[in-house]
Amino acid sequence: MSIIINGSPAALPADPRTSLLDLLRDTLSLPGTKKGCNQGACGACTVLVDGDRILSCLALAVQYDGRHVTTIEGLAEDGALHPLQQAFVVHDGFQCGYCTPGQICSAIGMAAEAKRGIPSHVSEDLSADVVLTRAELQERMSGNLCRCGAHNGIIDAISEYNTEVAA
Amino acid sequence: MNPFRYARADDAADAVALVTAGGTAAFLGGGTNLVDLMRETVARPDSLVDVSGLSDEITETDTGGLLIGAAVRNTALAGHLAVRTRYPLLSRAILGGASAQIRNMATVGGNILQRTRCTYFYDTAGSRCNKRDPGAGCDAIDGFNRIHAILDASPECVATNPSDMCVALAALDATVHIRSLGGARTIAFTDLHRTPGETPEYDTVLEPGDLIVAVELPALPFSAQSTYRKVRDRASYAFALVSVAAALDVQDGRVRDVRLALGGVAHRPWRAWKAEAALRGAPATAQSYRDAADAELADARPLSDNGFKIELARRTIVAVLTELAGPDGEAA
Repeated sequence: MSIIINGSPAALPADPRTSLLDLLRDTLSLPGTKKGCNQGACGACTVLVDGDRILSCLALAVQYDGRHVTTIEGLAEDGALHPLQQAFVVHDGFQCGYCTPGQICSAIGMAAEAKRGIPSHVSEDLSADVVLTRAELQERMSGNLCRCGAHNGIIDAISEYNTEVAA
Repeated sequence: MNPFRYARADDAADAVALVTAGGTAAFLGGGTNLVDLMRETVARPDSLVDVSGLSDEITETDTGGLLIGAAVRNTALAGHLAVRTRYPLLSRAILGGASAQIRNMATVGGNILQRTRCTYFYDTAGSRCNKRDPGAGCDAIDGFNRIHAILDASPECVATNPSDMCVALAALDATVHIRSLGGARTIAFTDLHRTPGETPEYDTVLEPGDLIVAVELPALPFSAQSTYRKVRDRASYAFALVSVAAALDVQDGRVRDVRLALGGVAHRPWRAWKAEAALRGAPATAQSYRDAADAELADARPLSDNGFKIELARRTIVAVLTELAGPDGEAA
């Protein structure tokens, strides 16, 4: 049994109680993914599994046998920041930075959902193509809290990234 | 978290065999509720049978409805084109719940069986709870009970069912397909969840070893004219104080047919049978909607902190029906 983390296989834990979050941080020494509430309320532990954003704190690692996990450590290529990471810097999308890895992984998963046409709570027409307005971004990112209150910069960064991706 | 054994089921029969093999086994879906409950030691199964890899298909039925596999993720169901176009109240209910990350993980079966978010239920260290510890007492009844039930509560339990999806399924006359050692059977969705009575430790009528394998939506000609409205303390990522799922068929200024269900008000998703009966054949006016809401809420009983829910439910019912009637209805 193994799990693929940022392209490299890793052994699954022997104790099924181990969350994916604890596997990443404690066993694999990948502390970029953060433990906030550890109960699914804050989004700090968000990672991508086969491209879908999930909460690693509520994920038992053994459930993810054979799956591909991407964490914040897996986004930069050849030492260059991922464009969304760069956008967070440009737009002051953080203060203390603790929620940032989760915000960035979440925003990447969010963009993929929008591309697949998944509507949101604020979508007026459930059948229309998704247009990521500010209201849509705020709703779709509501699972990631920032206790510093950097949400405006976060939305600015994500908005710019999505505009560039779409362009 | 207490130690447990983990096994992945190959199919439904395997899952049922594994979970009935002895001990206190539980089925595991996406884990978004159960893992948290286990971490808080509210749930203490000695083994988990992972059914999250079983049926994740959505298929058309011969009678024009949809059969939804229990392992379909919430995002996949809400985003399915047939659901968005034919059952928009279901898409909207799911999209109103939790966060995108949780909806990506959570399964349909797990959503149906998620447990109450009563804070006393979770507080293993400091609170009495008959649902968590039968016979212990209930600290919610005389405690902070703003989020609790106004309908069908008992002296033993005033908890509410937290699911948004279940409110839509109750309105849609869904059927639950169950597999057990005894074979396969179906049960009406509105018969699945229980009133608490003297045994609030049981949320549903399911017996140990009963596995939900699918949910079936019947064809409903007017379900495209439907919606879900959720009223909560913040605009996103919060449980409902009150919610309304409704589908409405208005012809010539009268209500020809309607489906109506409420969330946040009771121990189970609340199908508003009385309001529906009052509405059928009535003029499509705000007065009719108010009368129907009054009929449904006549038996509502507030606790110390949640009396506002009665008026909130009344106003939300009227607002949703008015919206659905659109220009075919008549403002009163």
